[in-house]
Amino acid sequence: MTAPKRASQIELTATSLTCERDDRLLFEQLSVHVANGDLLQLVGPNGAGKTTLLRLLAGLNQDFDGEVLWAGEPLQQVYAHYAHQRLYMGHLSAVKRALTPIENLRWLTSQWNVADDLLWQALEEVSLAGYEETACQQLSAGQQRRVALARLCVCPAPLWILDEPFTALDHYGVTWLEQQLERHVTGGGAVIITSHHALQGIHSLRQLELGSVHS
Amino acid sequence: MSLIGATVKRDLLLAARNPGEWANPLMFFLMVAALFPLAVDPDPSFLAKIAGGVIWVAALLATLLSLDALFRADVEDGSLEQWLASGESLYGMALGKALVHWCISGLPLTLMSPVLGLMLALPNDAYGALILSLAVGTPILSLLGAVGAALTASVRSGGLLLTLLILPLYIPVLIFAASAVYHAGIGMPYNGQIAMLGAMFALALAFTPFAAAAALKLNLSR
Amino acid sequence: MWQWLTQLYHRMGSPKWFYELTTPWIPWLAAISIIGTVVGLVLGLAYAPADYLQGNSFRIIYIHVPAAILAQSAFMMMAVAGAVYLIWRMKMAAWVAKVIAPIGASFCLIALLTGAIWGKPTWGTWWVWDARLTSMLMLLFLYFGVIALQRAMESEDASYKAGAILSLVGLVNIPIIKYSVEWWNTLHQPATLKLTEKPSMDPDMLVPLLIMIVTSYVFFALLVILNTRNEILLHERKRSWVKQLLSGQE
Repeated sequence: MTAPKRASQIELTATSLTCERDDRLLFEQLSVHVANGDLLQLVGPNGAGKTTLLRLLAGLNQDFDGEVLWAGEPLQQVYAHYAHQRLYMGHLSAVKRALTPIENLRWLTSQWNVADDLLWQALEEVSLAGYEETACQQLSAGQQRRVALARLCVCPAPLWILDEPFTALDHYGVTWLEQQLERHVTGGGAVIITSHHALQGIHSLRQLELGSVHS
Repeated sequence: MSLIGATVKRDLLLAARNPGEWANPLMFFLMVAALFPLAVDPDPSFLAKIAGGVIWVAALLATLLSLDALFRADVEDGSLEQWLASGESLYGMALGKALVHWCISGLPLTLMSPVLGLMLALPNDAYGALILSLAVGTPILSLLGAVGAALTASVRSGGLLLTLLILPLYIPVLIFAASAVYHAGIGMPYNGQIAMLGAMFALALAFTPFAAAAALKLNLSR
Repeated sequence: MWQWLTQLYHRMGSPKWFYELTTPWIPWLAAISIIGTVVGLVLGLAYAPADYLQGNSFRIIYIHVPAAILAQSAFMMMAVAGAVYLIWRMKMAAWVAKVIAPIGASFCLIALLTGAIWGKPTWGTWWVWDARLTSMLMLLFLYFGVIALQRAMESEDASYKAGAILSLVGLVNIPIIKYSVEWWNTLHQPATLKLTEKPSMDPDMLVPLLIMIVTSYVFFALLVILNTRNEILLHERKRSWVKQLLSGQE
């Protein structure tokens, strides 16, 4: 396993991606390139393959033809390094309902060994400061989603891959997340995101449309 | 190791918050053992002969009860996805989960077994063998069980299917363990049986996490 | 040689190649199965001498032993085919593994039933906890597990992989289970007879047995090929060669 050339350099290149599911061609000969400062939004109708492509780029899905390179190396060969540089958030928030927000956040960020006081600050930022003794099952869906999103405040990974992160968020949560994304991208990070929500306030937004390929 | 360690910690914390997870199988263990004297014959000389076997069968059933939930919640809430996303080895994760399962299942069963021994008129000489056989045997049950739990984590009402898959694999453990307890009870040596259990434990420890890791990946949706 | 092997490997993965290759084999396999069974059974039932202890009831071994051998071999083949799918994603291997499971289970069941029928005159009961019968029963449970697991998985690919993983775990366990059951059985020996061992057999008894064993393998191959061909037709039904084949037959 080799290390990528520079730790905070983002270079995710995918070429000739072809993916089939249930005898349906999702996309064919697709190319994706993501570097520092990019915010790539995957758009398309339901079932177009946005989540499939997202998981593919995150390294979770190997059922495709084509090549994905991280800093010039095949993704699977540098996966452990890539996993440290990349934060993936899927549909499911991985929040355990019997635990409090801080306990959940500790688990969610254990890979990056984040100190507890930073975690408390993160919870404060997502307006969950007063819930030390509350188990997450007593929180609303939006609040549970915010526990998972609190990771974005403390995680040092430069590349974010987020699947429908705006789900269940209220108006304030949406605004907060948009600000986080913008801040991250202008600071040199990169984001790949799927969302039905129309993103506001993002400057270097690129969109990739799926669902225009018919089998 | 950090996500694996954090998962072990988190699961133990969850078990502490939800006592039913470990207490219910223990109650079941006790109750199943109590069924035998009621159903057959409470005469101590009869019970003494079957005590070791009955306790072990009850331990098997109690273990199977707690296995279904091993990975199900993690699959359903996205934790499994995060494990895979973390780049940390699924082999280690499976081993960690089996360890947690043993802590909340096998270990309490082992500690509680003398009580069942009393209920079933276990010969005095057999208590040592009982505890030893459970201490070495229940980890094997957790390790093999993790494979079955990983295979059936996405299957609706997979608990029963899990039982069908795992029971044949448990037979050797049952045979040697129950035999150790019986032979101890009649004053005969039982080192060979315990040694076999030890060998099976080593084998399971080395190989089952591979199977469990491969099976875990099957639970990811596309 | 190496080139031939790689060529063979690629060809084996092609359903069409397999289908076309095996088409002329079927009548031959069927013929051998029928003739072999008739010859083996006639020799075994009519011409082999009666066993000095068991009389004529031992003759059921001509069905029991081949079925038992096949049940075990089939499990091994199923596990190997499953492993091939896990490693190389060869669909043909997955279909073969899937198809072997119920066939192997049937042989296992036949072995158990004939074993029970053998038990009645020999030991006086329908079921005995004899080491071999008990191991066969465990094997049947393992088969049931694989079959049930494959039916329970949602996606086809997951069902093949799950079946493969379980078969491999089961395969490693089969010798352990057999050893533990035999060990257990020696502790709990019934006071009555043991089954006749093959090596001490009279050649007149042995020859029909060997014929039946070989014939059973041939019959097994026939069943596997027929069922695999069905899987091929089912999965490749949208391909042109299948459409041509089926329309050509009408």
